[in-house]
Amino acid sequence: MSENDFLLLVRGPLLTGATIIFMLGIVVRLLEILVLGRKRNLAEPRGSAVKGGLRTIVMRSIAERETLQRTAFTEVTGWIFHIGFLVTLFFYTPHILLISKVAGISWPALPTTVIDALSIVTIITLLAVLIHRIGNRVMRFLSRFQDYLVWTVTFLPVLTGYLAFHRVGLSPTMLIAIHILSVEMLMVVFPFTKLMHAFTLFMSRYYNGAIAGYRGVNS
Amino acid sequence: MSGASLERGIHAFKEAIDAPVASFFSSCVRCGLCAHACLFFTETEDPKYTPIHKLEPLRRVWQQEYTFWGRLASALGLSKPVTDEDLADWETLVYDSCTMCGRCSMICPVGNDIAYMIRKMREGMAVAGHAPPGLIGATQRAVTIGSPMGVKLPALQAQIRQVEEETGMTIPVDVEGADYMLLLSSMEIMNFPEFIGALAKIFDQADVSWTISSNAFEATNSGIQIGVSEIAAELVQRIVDAVEKLKVKYVISPECGHAYMAIRWEGPNLIGKPYSFKVVHVLELLDELREQGRLKLSSKESQRLTYHDPCQIARRGGVVQQPRNLLNMVADDFAEMPETGTMNWCCGAGGGVSSNERADELRLTVFKRKKAQLDAVRPDAIVSACSNCRIHLEDGLEKYAMEIPVLSLTETIAEHLAEKDKSGE
Repeated sequence: MSENDFLLLVRGPLLTGATIIFMLGIVVRLLEILVLGRKRNLAEPRGSAVKGGLRTIVMRSIAERETLQRTAFTEVTGWIFHIGFLVTLFFYTPHILLISKVAGISWPALPTTVIDALSIVTIITLLAVLIHRIGNRVMRFLSRFQDYLVWTVTFLPVLTGYLAFHRVGLSPTMLIAIHILSVEMLMVVFPFTKLMHAFTLFMSRYYNGAIAGYRGVNS
Repeated sequence: MSGASLERGIHAFKEAIDAPVASFFSSCVRCGLCAHACLFFTETEDPKYTPIHKLEPLRRVWQQEYTFWGRLASALGLSKPVTDEDLADWETLVYDSCTMCGRCSMICPVGNDIAYMIRKMREGMAVAGHAPPGLIGATQRAVTIGSPMGVKLPALQAQIRQVEEETGMTIPVDVEGADYMLLLSSMEIMNFPEFIGALAKIFDQADVSWTISSNAFEATNSGIQIGVSEIAAELVQRIVDAVEKLKVKYVISPECGHAYMAIRWEGPNLIGKPYSFKVVHVLELLDELREQGRLKLSSKESQRLTYHDPCQIARRGGVVQQPRNLLNMVADDFAEMPETGTMNWCCGAGGGVSSNERADELRLTVFKRKKAQLDAVRPDAIVSACSNCRIHLEDGLEKYAMEIPVLSLTETIAEHLAEKDKSGE
C-alpha cells in the first residue's frame, strides 16, 4: 500500500467507520442512562432542583479554595490539558476548515504560533498527568487498564498533530495519515470508556445540583 | 437480616441503580479528588478509603447489567460477577468508613453524588447479610421496641417526670390539636433530657402549642442507616399515624442530623406519598421565632463559641444559615471554624458509624480532622445541633485531651432566655 493509499483509507472508510461508532456509541450510552429514569421526589422542596442543577453544571468547574489548595496539582494540570486539548482541537485553522466542510459552520482560528505553543504545553501536561497517575498513591490505586488506554488515545492525537505540523521523521502524507488514525482511535474508544464524561458530566452535575438544590443547598 | 443472600443483594443493587447513579459511574474519571474530601482518607492516608472506591461492587453491577459493553462482556463470560466475598470485603468500607456526610459529593469535579450512591449501596449490602452487627441490633430494636437504643415509653415518661420536676413545667403529651409534634432521638431522651426542658421553656415564652406523642416519639430511623427501605418506611409510617391521630400541623425534627434526613427528606419517598403535614427542623423553628421577635433573651453568652454543622442538617439538609442567626443572637463571640457550613468536616460518627462498635477506633482516629479545625479557632465551647455529633465530639475531645465543653444550641438559647412576660395574660 502506498502512502497515498494509506491516507485515502484513513480519510475514507476508516473515518466513516470511526464517526459512526463515535456518534452511535454516544447516543446509545446516553440513552442507557436516561432510560433508567429516577423516582419523583415526594418530600416538600425547600429550593429549586432545576436552578440548583444548572448552577452546579457551571460552578463545579471551579473548586473551592481549600480543596484547590489540597489538590492543586490535579486541579491545575486538569484545567491546562483540557483547555489545551479543546483549544487546539477547535481553534487550529485546518481543524476549522474540516469542520466547515462537514458541518458548514466556521469561526475564527487562533494564530498557528499560539496553537503550536499550546500543543507543547498540552503534551508536557499530559505527561505530567500520567506520571502523577502512576506516582500518586490514590490514583495508582484507583487506576485500571482503561485509564492508561484513555490517556494514550488522548495523548496520541496531540503528539501526532504536533509532529505532523513540524514534519518530524516521516513524509507529510504519512504524518497526517497517522494523525488522523490516532483521532479515529480516540473516537472509537470514546463511547466505551470514561471519555464519556465529556457528555455525562453535565448530567451528573445537574443531578448532583438538583438533589442539593431541592433541599436548598448550593452544591 | 433474615433470608439474606447474595442474590437478594445483587437484586437490590440493580433496583437501586437509577439515571443519576448510571450517570455518576459513567462520568468518573478516577481523578482521586474525592479522597481529599473524606476524613477517613485524609486522616489515615489509606487509598482504600477513597470514596468512589467504596462503591466498586455497585459500579460493577451497573457496568455488567446496564451498559451494552458490560452486558456483551458478561454474555461472553469475560466479566467477573460480584461475589459474596466481594461484599464481605466491602462491608467495612461502606459502613465503618463512610458516614454518608456527603463532603465528597460537594467536590467531585464531574459532579458525582457519592453519598447518594453509598446510601443506595447499603440497600444491597444489608439484604446480602453484610451489615455490621451493631447496626443490625439497633435496627431490630427500632422495629420491635420502637427505639434503636431500646428506649421504651416508660423510659421517656420517667425522663419527662424528671424534667417536669426540675423545671416546674408541664411537658405536653398526646395533646390533640396542638400545632407542633416534637420528635426526639433516643440519645436525647437518655443522655440529654435537658433538651426537652430547654425546648419547653422556649415554647412557653414564645407561646408555641406543642406536644409529644406517646406512640411515635423516636425521630431516628435505623432502617435508613442500615439500608432496609421496608423497615425505614415502617418507622416513618408510625410518625405519620401519630400525626393523623393527634391532628398536628407540624412535626419538629430534633437536634439529630440523621433524624432530619430521615423524616424531612426521605420519609415521604419511603412511604410513597407526600405528607399532609410539614416537617421543620428545631433550628428552623427557633430561627423563625427569632425573626418574629418571639425569643427574648435576658443575657448573652460571653464565651467564645464555635458551631459544628451536623452533615445531615447542613450539607445534606439545607439548614445552614439558621444556626448562625441564632448564635449571633445569643453569643458575643461566635467564631467560625475553617471549612464550615456546607463544607464542614464530619465529626466521624454519623451514618450509623456510632452504632457500629467495630468502627470505634477508626472514628476516633479520624477525629484528628475536627481537632485541627478546632485548633484553628480555640473556642471555649462547641455548639452543635445533633446529639450523635455531640456524644462523638465529647469522645474525641477526651481522646485528644481537649477540654472543650459541647453544647446544644437549643439549650444554649434556653439558658439565656428572659423570664416569660406574664403581664399580657
